Amino acid sequence: MSDASVTSAAFTAAQQRSRLARHRRRKVVNVVALTLALGAMAFGVFWLVWILVETFRLGLGGLSWQVFTEMTPPPQAETGGLANAIFGSLLMAGLATLLGTPIGVMAGIYLAEYGQKTWLGSATRFINDILLSAPSIVIGLFIYAAVVARFKSFSGIAGVLALALIVIPVVIRTTENMLSLIPNALREAAYALGTPKWKVIWSVTLKAARAGVITGVLLAVARISGETAPLLFTALSNQFWTSDLREPMASLPVTIFKFAMSPYENWQQLAWAGVFLITLGVLALNILARVLFRNKH
Amino acid sequence: MDTRVDNAITEKAKISVRDLNFYYGGFHALKKINMDLPEKKVTAFIGPSGCGKSTLLRVFNRMFELYPEQRAEGQILLDGQNILDRSMDVSLIRAKVGMVFQKPTPFPMSIYDNIAFGVKLFETLPRVEMDERVEWALRKAALWNEVKDKLDQSGAGLSGGQQQRLCIARGIAIKPEVLLLDEPTSALDPISTGKIEELVHELKSDYTVLIVTHNMQQAARCSDYTAYMYLGDLVEFGPTPEVFTKPKRKDTEDYITGRFG
Repeated sequence: MSDASVTSAAFTAAQQRSRLARHRRRKVVNVVALTLALGAMAFGVFWLVWILVETFRLGLGGLSWQVFTEMTPPPQAETGGLANAIFGSLLMAGLATLLGTPIGVMAGIYLAEYGQKTWLGSATRFINDILLSAPSIVIGLFIYAAVVARFKSFSGIAGVLALALIVIPVVIRTTENMLSLIPNALREAAYALGTPKWKVIWSVTLKAARAGVITGVLLAVARISGETAPLLFTALSNQFWTSDLREPMASLPVTIFKFAMSPYENWQQLAWAGVFLITLGVLALNILARVLFRNKH
Repeated sequence: MDTRVDNAITEKAKISVRDLNFYYGGFHALKKINMDLPEKKVTAFIGPSGCGKSTLLRVFNRMFELYPEQRAEGQILLDGQNILDRSMDVSLIRAKVGMVFQKPTPFPMSIYDNIAFGVKLFETLPRVEMDERVEWALRKAALWNEVKDKLDQSGAGLSGGQQQRLCIARGIAIKPEVLLLDEPTSALDPISTGKIEELVHELKSDYTVLIVTHNMQQAARCSDYTAYMYLGDLVEFGPTPEVFTKPKRKDTEDYITGRFG
């Protein structure tokens, strides 16, 4: 506290100059970093916008009422639509979500509330991470071997199972993450009233994490509505309307895959219409997820 | 340090602490605590951060049991019954010993359901009686007039001070005998703090209140007894006026006069 030249409140001239130099350098670094970040963003947005514009331009051209009312046509037919593929996609994605969500949510609850530090929890988390990043074609092939080959028939059920296997790890991961975000103080407050554990989780923690969990489910639905590979070996496709899950079933992604690769103009047009529908659906789900999440946080 | 504190409380004890030792894993956090907490009085626990006062509070409702590495040895006698006994049902203890935390923790549900939630755990009441109970608890916590027209709205929409009183109402609604308040005003502004302190003063006619606070004035204002703790020891415990005006120990005096801590 004695040496005034070191601890004095005022700066010396040299200190003042060095501070100004630092300040100038910081400003330059800031401008450079900002420019790079903006450039990266513009690059990403450019392609995204292009994809959206092309999808809308070509998709809207192929869109008509028949797309929703008529079945997938043979090559070079005059009319035809995607009714069976739209229905198949909705049915299989819907059932896969109904099947995968409870399993995923319950496993997520286990990981976040019961098994954080147990070896079973760690092992489950690790395996789930692998499943989460597994290429969807692997899941398709697995269901092919496990279900299709055994029952000697492509079927809607096999498609549902493959899609559910994609839903489950996504829901597990988001449920666990969202529950982990709930402060322990809230759990303690519930326990302090004498609440049993299952009720703390069901009525307090899960309820507080609800928006996040639903968002996770919506994102999983968005993910499976565009998946082609897991359906290619499982539900295959079908030219006709069917709601029988034991039969092969048409879906939008597989139909798009088949039609877009074909040389027939009517097929290509319908492929674009299908792409447009999927894009629109996924966009709507993502926006819904964002709105839900924002309202709750 | 001598841990045998001369705490000649003449009043009837609601809670008696006997040779209590507490461990966080290998860390010895409470060292052989002995004290009698008088019934229907406010007892304040003061002391520097890390002295063990919150730890002690969390033994009274066995909250520490949520964390497997935490361990208590000794006895906590609530009306003569040892609540640390494994055979005692922890839910029933917590129904008798309510707790309010440092930060307000409204549940993600309506104001009404926040209160009814705890009641439903132990009682099945017809709607009319439940309505009465909710109103009673909210009145008791001096919150009724501010929320009576929006009972169906989310508890999260209230101000911090209102949320804290909601938590107190939630605790009262299940009709406990003891209320543990763990720094209940440290996250609140002075006006809300004043309201909570008034409330504490009124609550002691029905409940035994134990309050942990960092605020010396708060302890002096609203408690009947004060316990000063330091490094896991109970240094001094006695009637608040005595502890604040003529403390028996030099350590206590240094702390409350601000020379230390």
